[in-house]
Amino acid sequence: MITALTASRLAEGLRRREWSARELAQAHLDRITTQDPLLGAYLTVDPDETMRWADAAQAMLDSGTGGPLCGVPVALKDNIVTEGVRTTCASRILENHVPVYDATVTSKLKEQGLVLLGKTNLDEFAMGTSTENSAFQITRNPWDTERSPGGSSGGSAAAVAGELAPLALGSDTGGSIRQPASLCGIVGFKPTYGRCSRYGLVAFGSSLDQIGPFGRTVEDAALLASAITGHDPMDSTSLQVPPIRLDDLKTGSLKGVRIGVLTETMGDSADAGVRSCVAEAVDVLRREGADVRDISIPSIAYGVTTYYIIAPAEASSNLARFDGVRYGLREEGKGHIGMMERTRAVGFGHEVKARIMIGTYALSAGYYDAYYLRAQQVRALMKRDLEQAFQELDVILSPTSPIPAFRIGELSADPLALKLLDVCTIPANMAGCPALSLNCGFTQGLPVGLHLMAPAMADEKLLQIAFAVESALPNATGRPPMP
Amino acid sequence: MAISLDEVRHVARLARLDLDETEVLALQGELNALLGHFADIQGVDTSDLPPVSHAMSLTNVWSDDRVGVVLQRADALRNAPVSRAGLFVVPTIIED
Repeated sequence: MITALTASRLAEGLRRREWSARELAQAHLDRITTQDPLLGAYLTVDPDETMRWADAAQAMLDSGTGGPLCGVPVALKDNIVTEGVRTTCASRILENHVPVYDATVTSKLKEQGLVLLGKTNLDEFAMGTSTENSAFQITRNPWDTERSPGGSSGGSAAAVAGELAPLALGSDTGGSIRQPASLCGIVGFKPTYGRCSRYGLVAFGSSLDQIGPFGRTVEDAALLASAITGHDPMDSTSLQVPPIRLDDLKTGSLKGVRIGVLTETMGDSADAGVRSCVAEAVDVLRREGADVRDISIPSIAYGVTTYYIIAPAEASSNLARFDGVRYGLREEGKGHIGMMERTRAVGFGHEVKARIMIGTYALSAGYYDAYYLRAQQVRALMKRDLEQAFQELDVILSPTSPIPAFRIGELSADPLALKLLDVCTIPANMAGCPALSLNCGFTQGLPVGLHLMAPAMADEKLLQIAFAVESALPNATGRPPMP
Repeated sequence: MAISLDEVRHVARLARLDLDETEVLALQGELNALLGHFADIQGVDTSDLPPVSHAMSLTNVWSDDRVGVVLQRADALRNAPVSRAGLFVVPTIIED
């Protein structure tokens, strides 16, 4: 089936006229029609809109313009705005919101001729680790539909793993690309903070948020990363550096690559199957000539606390814009304050309210120093410790998630347990580092992700190493048991 | 530091959330569980480090002072729950 092919193969076939952009789009739309009822990956699919994008892509192909992925379909997480296409953040407060402009990443995809398949499900406002916190539907894992695909970009991850899209974009504030990539057995990449514009990404934790790609191979994810990165004057935190370059993607080897295995993430708190899978992969890398050593960074342990103060604090401020005035839901109440209070009470789901509450509390008079300021100091400590570790390392290696895909509902009764799952992925957001998850094997039939983190701005080097790691582990991936 | 029900109600007012009593109780439990976990950073020695607000420090990012494409009024109002005469309509803020 054509939907099983990689994005790079699809792009090559488009240029060779083995298939057209419309044929590719239709094949994926057909598969969405038959398979998405099982997965619930998509919130919005508009075939007419998809075909408009496909026709624009075909015109570029015919005239020899467009980017390297011209004509290849892509799915977007539904917190990335798309002009004229409903963008909900999986929240009742934006249920009928049709943006009047494109996110910078959306414009870049259009300019390069990628084809929008639809908008994917997420935890409401990207707040969650399981995609169970969507106001509209839960998303299921293609490897076992009784299990969660992870989150918050669970719809994008499930779509790519289930071959309902060759590529997708997600957003990553504390691991929301890498953890679902891990639980779904695919590649997810968070670039260095500032390499990809956040303009048009509905803000959650502005100092941590970064858009990034999902693909079924490192090369596919790297191609999409290259397509969306680059400086953007519309985002004042955007770095003055060019898009990610792929010239050296395939020329690296593991010989002499300095890999630090993060001991804090390989202890008893991680599932034994996950640990042994990662350890076996590490043995392979060592045999391939990598310079592997254990490394301990004790401040990593503070990541979850630091994150669950800083991210909600920023979210409580960012989500103040949902006030029933300019867009979104409006519920009448007593006076203007009553209107806002009712609008937000009805429009936001429980987890979003909980995070607004913790953030407001951490920023409120009398608690600011003890929580928010303290967390910023610990963030500085984590950043310094990581920078020191990277003086002697090319990448830091760990599991992406301490456990494989968990059953839907299994952890939802214990919000803290779900939050503790972010321990391996949070440090990269705190320090702005690029980080990637790729599959390294299976435990009890479920995928296990390997997490690689590199120093800030070393995106190209990280992708090159990830490509070499993927090549060294040829039997580490597979296709989920879907029809 | 445990958070009381009154503090939950106070923070909800600050955050403009009209919570019912069931939610107030549930959130008290969740916030206290989180605050308990947060104790782990209170004793960490960070005395030689200034707090950071961003991962990548940038200073003085200016944009060119140039007329560009801006959102048209009709577009800006398109998603407004209530608008009239080219304006967003809000409830009365100052009574006569």
